[in-house]
Amino acid sequence: MPTDTLTAVPRAGAGSGAPTRGAGLPVLPYLLIFLLACALPLAGDNYWTVIATRAAIYWVLVSGLNLIVGYGGQLAIGWVALLTLGAYTASVLAGGNVLPPVPPFAALAVAGACGGLFGLVVGLPALRLRTFYFAMATLGFATIVTQIALAWQDVTGGGIGLPGPALPAPFDSEVGLYYLCLAVAAACTLLSASVAASRFGRGLIAIRDAEVAAEACGISKARLLAAVFVFSGVFAGVAGGLFASLQTYITPEAFTFELSVLFFISILIGGRGSILGPLLGTLILTALPEFAAPLAAWSNFLYAAMLLVIVLTVPGGIAALLDFRGRRARDDDRRVLPDPSRLQRLLDRGESGRGIELQDVSLHFGGVKAIDGLDLAIAPGRIHGLIGPNGSGKTTTLNVISGYVTPQQGGVRQAGAPVPMGQPLACAGRGLARTFQTPRIVGDATVLQNVMMGGHVRAAGTFVESVFRLPRHRRDERALHQDAHDALAAVGLAGLAHLRADRLQHSELRFLEIARALMLHPAYLLLDEPAAGLSADEILRLGELVREISRRGTGVLLVEHHADLIFDICDHVTVLNLGRVLASGTPQEIRQHKEVVSAYLGA
Amino acid sequence: MFGSILSSGLAVGAIYALIGITYNTMYSTSRVMSFTAGQLGMLGGVLGSLFILKLGLPIFAGFLLTLAGCALVGFVTELVAVRPVLKSIEQHLYVLSTLALALMIQQVTAIQWGTEPQPFPRLFGIGSGVLDEKFWLPVAACAAVVLGLELLYRRTLVGRAFLAVAEDNFAARALGLPERHLRVFSYVLAGVIGGIAGFAAGELMLAFFANGPLLNFYGFVPVALGGLGNNRGAVLGGLALGVFQQLANFTVGGVFASIAVFVLFIVVLLAVPQGIFGSAAARRV
Repeated sequence: MPTDTLTAVPRAGAGSGAPTRGAGLPVLPYLLIFLLACALPLAGDNYWTVIATRAAIYWVLVSGLNLIVGYGGQLAIGWVALLTLGAYTASVLAGGNVLPPVPPFAALAVAGACGGLFGLVVGLPALRLRTFYFAMATLGFATIVTQIALAWQDVTGGGIGLPGPALPAPFDSEVGLYYLCLAVAAACTLLSASVAASRFGRGLIAIRDAEVAAEACGISKARLLAAVFVFSGVFAGVAGGLFASLQTYITPEAFTFELSVLFFISILIGGRGSILGPLLGTLILTALPEFAAPLAAWSNFLYAAMLLVIVLTVPGGIAALLDFRGRRARDDDRRVLPDPSRLQRLLDRGESGRGIELQDVSLHFGGVKAIDGLDLAIAPGRIHGLIGPNGSGKTTTLNVISGYVTPQQGGVRQAGAPVPMGQPLACAGRGLARTFQTPRIVGDATVLQNVMMGGHVRAAGTFVESVFRLPRHRRDERALHQDAHDALAAVGLAGLAHLRADRLQHSELRFLEIARALMLHPAYLLLDEPAAGLSADEILRLGELVREISRRGTGVLLVEHHADLIFDICDHVTVLNLGRVLASGTPQEIRQHKEVVSAYLGA
Repeated sequence: MFGSILSSGLAVGAIYALIGITYNTMYSTSRVMSFTAGQLGMLGGVLGSLFILKLGLPIFAGFLLTLAGCALVGFVTELVAVRPVLKSIEQHLYVLSTLALALMIQQVTAIQWGTEPQPFPRLFGIGSGVLDEKFWLPVAACAAVVLGLELLYRRTLVGRAFLAVAEDNFAARALGLPERHLRVFSYVLAGVIGGIAGFAAGELMLAFFANGPLLNFYGFVPVALGGLGNNRGAVLGGLALGVFQQLANFTVGGVFASIAVFVLFIVVLLAVPQGIFGSAAARRV
């Protein structure tokens, strides 16, 4: 991911739109490829121009599919169906064998629209189906489209096929068509890179690698994937139209499953969450059979073998090999030194009033009562500690508040109003942020990107605005960047912003999750065992940080086993046992509570 | 008319069911859905035709060699495409590794065997019309496999160990069961079942390299509808799918039959993502 921050990320406050990181270095490979591509026809060999045209068309499709497969992690292996659809739509409309003929470019536009529509249709099952199921569903769709193309003879010409749209001059020559396809491919690269570098791109990676955390950040899988399916469906439809023009004549046999595999494998060889990698992958796979003519028959076998080797040896693909920045050597001094003064701008809600109240909440998993008639209140600006032995219902309580489980009885109120149960997505919008017992982060993304995911719902720009980098998108990105730098500085990870998150130590991940939660400017912060695995020193600093967070008006629910930390910083402590409240009061009261001491704290 | 729909429907349904059982057998010990399931069925037909028609071996020897070949493919699948990615099962790399292996198998077959469907030998010469052996053989094979698996699971120690691993991998390992060996065994067994499916289907579907993806999809449908790892669901789902498909074939024609199956598949899955006989998903947080 860090290798292809093609977008000009404006420096916080500068707003000039100039690239900041690495002095524009990431743009260089793209520019190089583009210039080489522009110069290719000068070599005078039209054969290679045609090959390059095909590569450009494939890339138009792959650049869109990359967002689904590489970023979103959805295994759409039958995407060739949309290429087929686009090709036939454009050819049928331009040829005029059903309706009066349409100008070729209008036909191309309709092909794109059709692609977008059917991209949504093919993609929607992904919202319900797990990986292999979705892969199969797209595969089935690809088979069906080919069969329809074969059978619907009046329109598609059946097995005989029909001519592709003939583009007007100057695009009717091989070189003219090449430059058209190159221009479209370049535009697609820019557009898909815009999405990738926006909050939507980060949301896709979050859905892929940390779906539960994505939900807590308010990233809606359904809406995001739907937008991306339409987006890459349009690309595939346009690619199909161009493909038909290049082929000049199309039959169902032109759209084999092997083609789909080529698209899919290009992305995986290139690497997930990268744009440069899949671009190189597409170029390599398209050109490979040309270099090894005797092996042409074996090219599909070679693709498959490459896929197997990549999966087994470098699951990160080419992009992982090119990611020098993320693999930079670690610094020796990696002490996490929070700077609570940076919290000021992040915690500005000034919420007061009744806070969050749980009333008579009961929840059982089968016969096991996890919570049994629990009352609890989290007041703004206060730290509420929740302790108890394992299995006493602490995390379940937190999951009830953040909507991951639905209690059978009782309810939750926020600021006096009842809150709908079982809707984790809605919590971020209400200013409710949480961390997880096992940190849920995206190892492939940088620390900064991980943190920025937390601010997803605070941005106002739409998907379309991000695609075209309109002003509101740029404002959002600036604000998110500034917040993320503040949050990282506040928890003491500022120096690690550009490191891949999977290179962080465990304790750093805990602070990273807090930084991500702070991005929400939370009114309430739910911390699930934030001190687990931290050194004594780090626990002290964590305590100071949490206390400072509450001082700025945020209500904190702290689920912990470290009794020292709880008694040190909490304003109120509730002790749970077997899902019931064993004791509740100030830390002093709890310390002297006989049952608590004998059951949990020990003498 | 009705008789032929029923006999051909049950025949292809039994083949789908067998491929579904192949999926399930691999899934039970590894939690991996493998794209090689359909290819095993394809190989059953191709190898059978190769050994008996091309090389002129006796039918029984050809049958055994076919099963041995498919068992080998099962073994290789476990070794190459499953074992290396098991420790990161969360990332679903197995979808890609088994897809890659399945494509390799298919390409080698296409190049070495040819891309045209080739005839499969007539095995017994028993029956004609709707009771032709190409119709009853898959059904008989399916019944034999289901019976054999029942005996294996209920009467033998290996079978019970197998069930234990399928039920709870960790607990089985804690009991000292050789989990890895059982997994390898399950892949070999899946290879044999897939081989039987393809061999029994040979007269109906011919020895054709493109049967792989077809069986992959239609064999997966009953598994998805019946619930992962549920053989009863796979058999019932497979037979129902076969009859439904043939019914649609005879009444509305081939293309619409495919569309009907696809739409049914999607609609049922969207309504019941865990399958009709499946169990609910695990806790996430």
